[in-house]
Amino acid sequence: MKRFLGFVKKEFIHIFRDVRTLVILFGIPAAQILIFGYAVRTDIKNAGIAILDSSKDEISTALVSKLESSDFFILKENLQSWYQIDSSFKAGDIKAVLVFEDNFGEKLIGEGLAGIEIIADGSEPNVANLVTSYTRAIINDYMLEVNKPSPPAGIMIEPEVKMYYNPNLESRYMFVPGVITIILVLICALMTSVAIAREKEFGTMEVLLASPLKPLHIILGKVTPYFILSFIDLIVILFLSWLVFDIPVRGSLVLLLLESMLYIMLGLSLGIMISTLSKTMQQAMFISLLGLMLPTIILSGFIFPVEYMPWIYRVLSSIIPPRWFIIIVKDVMIKGTDFAFVWKETLILLFMTLVFITISSMTFKRRLE
Amino acid sequence: MSNEKVIEVRNLVKKFGSFIANDRLSFDVYRGEIFGFLGANGAGKTTALRILSGLSKPSSGDVSVAGYDIYRHAEKVKKHIGYMCQKFSLYEDLTVTENIMLYGGIYGLSKKLIETKTTGLLESLNFSAYRKRIIGELPLGMRQKLAFSVAILHDPDIVFLDEPTGGVDPITRRQFWEMIYKASSDGITVFVTTHYMDEAEYCDRVSIMSEGRIVAIDSPAGLKEKYSSASVQDVFVKIARPNNN
Repeated sequence: MKRFLGFVKKEFIHIFRDVRTLVILFGIPAAQILIFGYAVRTDIKNAGIAILDSSKDEISTALVSKLESSDFFILKENLQSWYQIDSSFKAGDIKAVLVFEDNFGEKLIGEGLAGIEIIADGSEPNVANLVTSYTRAIINDYMLEVNKPSPPAGIMIEPEVKMYYNPNLESRYMFVPGVITIILVLICALMTSVAIAREKEFGTMEVLLASPLKPLHIILGKVTPYFILSFIDLIVILFLSWLVFDIPVRGSLVLLLLESMLYIMLGLSLGIMISTLSKTMQQAMFISLLGLMLPTIILSGFIFPVEYMPWIYRVLSSIIPPRWFIIIVKDVMIKGTDFAFVWKETLILLFMTLVFITISSMTFKRRLE
Repeated sequence: MSNEKVIEVRNLVKKFGSFIANDRLSFDVYRGEIFGFLGANGAGKTTALRILSGLSKPSSGDVSVAGYDIYRHAEKVKKHIGYMCQKFSLYEDLTVTENIMLYGGIYGLSKKLIETKTTGLLESLNFSAYRKRIIGELPLGMRQKLAFSVAILHDPDIVFLDEPTGGVDPITRRQFWEMIYKASSDGITVFVTTHYMDEAEYCDRVSIMSEGRIVAIDSPAGLKEKYSSASVQDVFVKIARPNNN
């Protein structure tokens, strides 16, 4: 045991003396949380709009002020003619233009029907979609309000939409599970595989193998610090997202931590497997980055929903571990579900861990023979 | 040099697929001797050394090291040997003392013993001023001498050196061999592979390998007499590379 602890201590010295390692360990998680939290948004807030309203009557003004009073839009410009629309878009301040029909209010009261044209900036399809649907919703709201005292003839269905778990459809509810998944894979798999490959490349692995330390102890000694540090990282990420972005863990924190420990173990065994397959640090880093980081970001469902992928990507997605862990984190953190609903995903992760450990120990033994 | 055998090898064979790296090697090494293992690159000397030091398993044959059978008591063998490889074997981002503490700890020495040994070792090497220096900042020769001292820190029966003086300047090489003599006089058996033929002259006995086989084994003087050559170098050229002659 004493031999083992001395070995673990040495591993910590490696980590704390290397600035690059420290940056990856603590700089990247914090940076990712802040980047995804502030910069990458899939919801809109304070989108600039312009108005082309030739009638400027009571109703159109009320509608505009209602749009403005929501958090979603800011009125940037009052256009005077159609010709200004194009230049206004090109100036880049606005995401959409609302064009009121001539004599808007008059027509609405007189004929009961008047048109509004919503012209959105299609060069940003996601934003355009959001802007138009938000605008429609606000206009509908207004209509209902006006109609309340004297409902029009005929029946009317009024759908009320609620976004469960995330009432304002805020994207940060999505990125925290994503960041946790990516960071843990990065630290566990990449850092461990590089750390072990480094011993091989420098020749110190030979000396260790010729010593009374058992191979299992060498491997455990290498991964223990990364186990501890990635757990600390997990706590930091959860704390940051609670403190800065106000995202709570709705389910059991203990369950979330236990599941994360399983996922950390999986990452470590994956890292060990990569290191047994690669001869140099560069190789290990290449496999980890290309084979792990990209699929994690693209195929895990973090950014692109898995359900809408072509079948081949869905198949690929189901064999990468992050896909399953992201479900667990989302369920436990955002929905507050308990173990009864994530046991299948847990079992898949457990199975994958065992596969990685088996492959690593097999390649390791073959190397000794 | 005594008559006690610390390494006994009988019919050692190591195959990689159909390639035979070691072909029926048989030899003994006696306690306290400096045993040189010579051969061209690819002759199979590193393969044999890796088997003796427990890094690799033989395909067949009987091998005992430090009195233990390497099949059944590999762990005991490892406690009684030291190992220093071609590549540099200390950690470059650890200080001199940290490296010594680490390896001392791995071999199960007590902290107190390691500290006493560290002081003695650094004094005899004149390295006391460098205790807290990072290994990476030290010149190569210094590192190699340190690596050797660390490899025999736990007073092993045998120390295996795989081309320990590669890339080291002649003066340091000379000093390195003085350290080897010192270790040998302290009763440590030194098993060294090298391709520097002048170094072979320093050994008590040398074996010459060619194409997986031991083609000659004797003292340097005995070899020179037998092959009527002026140096081990000439002997080597005569028997290890018959085709090139």
